[in-house]
Amino acid sequence: MNERTVSVKTAGAVGGLDVGAIRRDFPILSRTVGEHPLVFLDSAATSQKPNQVIDAEAEFTRHHNANAHRGIHMLGEEATQAYEGARATVARFLGAPEPETIVFTRGVTESMNLVAQGWGRTHLREGDEILITEMEHHSNIVPWQMTAAVTGATLRYIPLTDDGLLDLSQLGSLLTERTKIVSVTGMSNALGTITPLRQLADSAHAVGAIIAVDAAQLAPHSPIDVQALDVDLLGFTGHKMLGPTASGGLYGKSDVLESMEPMLGGGEMIHEVFHDHSTYKSAPFKFEAGTMPIAQQVGLAAAIDYLDGLGMANVRAHEEEITRYALDRLLDAGATVYGPKDASIRGGAVSFWFKDVHPHDLATILNEQGVAIRAGHHCAQLAMRRYGVPATARASFYVYNTKDEVDALVGALDHAQAIFS
Amino acid sequence: MALDDIYKEVILDHYKNPRNKRELPGAELQCHANNPLCGDEITVFAHVDGGAVAEVTFQGAGCSISQSSASMMTEAVTGVKIGDARGLAERFRGMMAGDVEPAEDEFGDLVALKGVVQYPIRIKCAVLAWDVLQEALDGAGSASGAQPHTV
Repeated sequence: MNERTVSVKTAGAVGGLDVGAIRRDFPILSRTVGEHPLVFLDSAATSQKPNQVIDAEAEFTRHHNANAHRGIHMLGEEATQAYEGARATVARFLGAPEPETIVFTRGVTESMNLVAQGWGRTHLREGDEILITEMEHHSNIVPWQMTAAVTGATLRYIPLTDDGLLDLSQLGSLLTERTKIVSVTGMSNALGTITPLRQLADSAHAVGAIIAVDAAQLAPHSPIDVQALDVDLLGFTGHKMLGPTASGGLYGKSDVLESMEPMLGGGEMIHEVFHDHSTYKSAPFKFEAGTMPIAQQVGLAAAIDYLDGLGMANVRAHEEEITRYALDRLLDAGATVYGPKDASIRGGAVSFWFKDVHPHDLATILNEQGVAIRAGHHCAQLAMRRYGVPATARASFYVYNTKDEVDALVGALDHAQAIFS
Repeated sequence: MALDDIYKEVILDHYKNPRNKRELPGAELQCHANNPLCGDEITVFAHVDGGAVAEVTFQGAGCSISQSSASMMTEAVTGVKIGDARGLAERFRGMMAGDVEPAEDEFGDLVALKGVVQYPIRIKCAVLAWDVLQEALDGAGSASGAQPHTV
């Protein structure tokens, strides 16, 4: 059997990133799995966190912890400033016009449910149509099924081509004046496919629909400018972009946010409460009922500062290069890749089958070599069904991954072959 | 942990050459389930005669652990009284929970799956077929058998 170890390149920055220096910021990357160095190729599920994020969250908790927007005391003021500062940081990162266009949520699942309920239940009725795609994560399918059941609206799907791209040839018949909202992923977590957002936004607007984007995968891996893309709503998740779990949010154009109903009622989202009704604050605060994950959003701001320091164009370039390398090596090794084979039009989540080895078996065998991948349907069963597989193995890459780690992945495939041949 | 503990020869043999993997026309008992974690699927067909499992087969797709466990299960419960099959299912579950030390004469090839206990997330794969069998046997008293479900 072929034993491989991973050495991290400290020189020869890839795509403008000094990956060796980056890796030193992530304490978890120096741990081992059994006797092997950890090769973490599951960032599409959740990313690792640099010291800067871990420290920012801990610093807030240690020295500034109080509830935001409540205390008159000094800690309350500091907590509010940190929390609202994080909102401004997110707005800048996404190219949003002002901080008030950012609603904090606990992640993109909550964001898309807020869109489906808060917008969908007040704007949709029988005869209306919701247009999504077959490559959506379940978090951008199930909320719409729930909303369709309540409103009587119809859910329609943009199909996929054999190459893992959106099949836009039927868009004319799918996107009509009956369509009220188009809700699409920006980058597929199961196929890696990048959606032509500006094109879809223009097409949606041309028929009077709005467009919402699930940017769970796009935001961590690509520069985003919500105004240039002209999208109406865009949800994102902090823990996939170096931030803490339970951080994230929803960008929305001001008029769209104002037209939405809150999903949760409770403290801090109200203007005034009476016996028979209540009045709400304006957006974004009417959507933030109860105590929010404050330390986590502060941690998210630190993650964004970290990504900004690297430069999102450099992040994208690095991932494109490593994805190209991984596609080449996996295909050479005899793997079947699901999704586009051209790294320039896709992200770094690479779904594959290796020969006849079931993804679950493959993940167990790779784990014995310290290589962490995802095996399963990736919460994208419609995409799995489209390509006739119940599950795939998925390797996904981020700023801290190296080509040596791709080599470790491909080398570990030999073990699977040896067991199952 | 070592891969040898999980990918034993006997498991790979049942995976590559599954026993009783076919539909069973006219089966009184039939039940289907899938593992939402990975999409593995198992359908168990059983023909019951005189209070015993006269014949049992399965169909499905999935990882080596779920499919080999199904194959071994069909061998282990064929010709066994329904009550005893339920008892074996319970003890198999107990082995996968780490509570039961398997007796080789009762468990036969199934002993090989004991190594899966070291891989907690894969235990669901090993017990999937047994869940379906139990559901099917639960329908032994009713006319239509058990309904498809998700475990």
